[in-house]
Amino acid sequence: MATYSTNDFKAGLKVMIDNSPGAVVENEFVKPGKGQAFNRVKIRNLKTGRIIERTFKSGDTLEAADVVDVEMQFLYNDGEFFHFMNPVTYEQFGADKTAVGDTAKWLKEQDVCIITLWNGIPLSVEPPHTVVLKIVETDPGLKGDTSGGGGKPATLETGAVVRVPLFIQNGEMIKCNTRTGEYISRA
Amino acid sequence: MLIGIRAFFAERGVLEVETPCLSSAATPDPALLSFATHYTGPLFPQGQTLYLHTSPEFPMKRLLAAGCGSIYQICKVFRNGEAGRMHNPEFTLLEWYRTGFDADQLMAEVEALMRQLLGDYLTSAASEKLSYREAFQQHAQLDPHTATAEDFAQAARAHGIHAPHALDAHHDVGIWRDLLLTHLIEPRLGQGRLTFLYEFPASQASLARVRPGNPPLAERFELYLNGTELANGFHELADASEQRTRFERQLHARIAEHQPAVPLDEHLLAALTSGLPDCSGVALGFDRLVLLAAGARSLREVIAFPIDCA
Repeated sequence: MATYSTNDFKAGLKVMIDNSPGAVVENEFVKPGKGQAFNRVKIRNLKTGRIIERTFKSGDTLEAADVVDVEMQFLYNDGEFFHFMNPVTYEQFGADKTAVGDTAKWLKEQDVCIITLWNGIPLSVEPPHTVVLKIVETDPGLKGDTSGGGGKPATLETGAVVRVPLFIQNGEMIKCNTRTGEYISRA
Repeated sequence: MLIGIRAFFAERGVLEVETPCLSSAATPDPALLSFATHYTGPLFPQGQTLYLHTSPEFPMKRLLAAGCGSIYQICKVFRNGEAGRMHNPEFTLLEWYRTGFDADQLMAEVEALMRQLLGDYLTSAASEKLSYREAFQQHAQLDPHTATAEDFAQAARAHGIHAPHALDAHHDVGIWRDLLLTHLIEPRLGQGRLTFLYEFPASQASLARVRPGNPPLAERFELYLNGTELANGFHELADASEQRTRFERQLHARIAEHQPAVPLDEHLLAALTSGLPDCSGVALGFDRLVLLAAGARSLREVIAFPIDCA
């Protein structure tokens, strides 16, 4: 396996830390005027999402983590695993609930997500930036209200709940931002 | 700011000098990596390796030995392997030497220059002087001169500093001191005022005089402002044979760390042999000074073209 030295460390670099895959968040070079140089490194543990801080002597190395981000199409959820397919190789991967996490509420069949694979196993799933989903439940709309002032909650077909303007009706398709969880427009 | 520095020294009768960036010798300090380049032409038809200076100290001391009196220089210096928020491999140093000054007198002059350059903006509070020992006692609850590697390791753990694995069993307390200094103590030094750190362990004397005692202490100081190391000064070692011994020890340390050996500066050693006047000298990082004056967080904000866009 390849190794990286502290000189290679930059945001996004994938390394092994405490037997888990991690991504470098920040790498600060510190050195007393006449003395040993160190690198204070923040690394996100890609399994737990937690950020840990470690210090290395400059020039120390870490093993590279075999972590890749691949675009894949969501196929279906069998109750235990969320199944995805690489549209180029047709290879299929099952991601468990831990890997999918909160993303589950945005996942609609055939949408293209970014799957982070570690040694071929899905670590995390990033939904598309925007998704178009159908409203399955919301209070009846008020005719003529187009100001979008207050808004009301609406449950989407995938389970997510977003605030929508009062004029939006049951059964309509809307566009949402998955990063902020906010309504964007009618679709 | 450059005008302010020049006016400060003109008023005090300190002469501005210029010495070469390129030298056939380099510092053997294992903590400093010199860039090497090559000259071929008249005088050296077979070619000659030349090193870019990491500070103008050696030739300035040759001038002092030649009797030029107090001098200062503002110049670019070059250090390989150093880049980050507070480091750029090419940066500007203000370095000056005062004949007849001891470390205390030079610290007073450094303070006067800082107050003139930064005004009340950063330095309104009284400055603080902390010995290396006091700083460790205050911020790390240990005595850096007597603590063992295990004591340092414990202090690091107590302050949530995750030391490199290889260091856990490391018996070289020098590295442990550097770890705690950079991670725990430095960030707390000079908060809203100038803090001078002085009386360093003899092992970190570099080119400073060492006062015998138990423990022996180096007549070296550093200046901090808002957690940033700004300057490093020495009561200069004038003993040529002691200097040669230290250089040779550093060369061995370099080789042990698989760093390239470098030729020693025989010109400097000859100058020390002929006699260096009693003097103190200090080097101040000009870019960091500008950074602090501007309230910037990274040198990238004050250097027009840092190394990755040079």
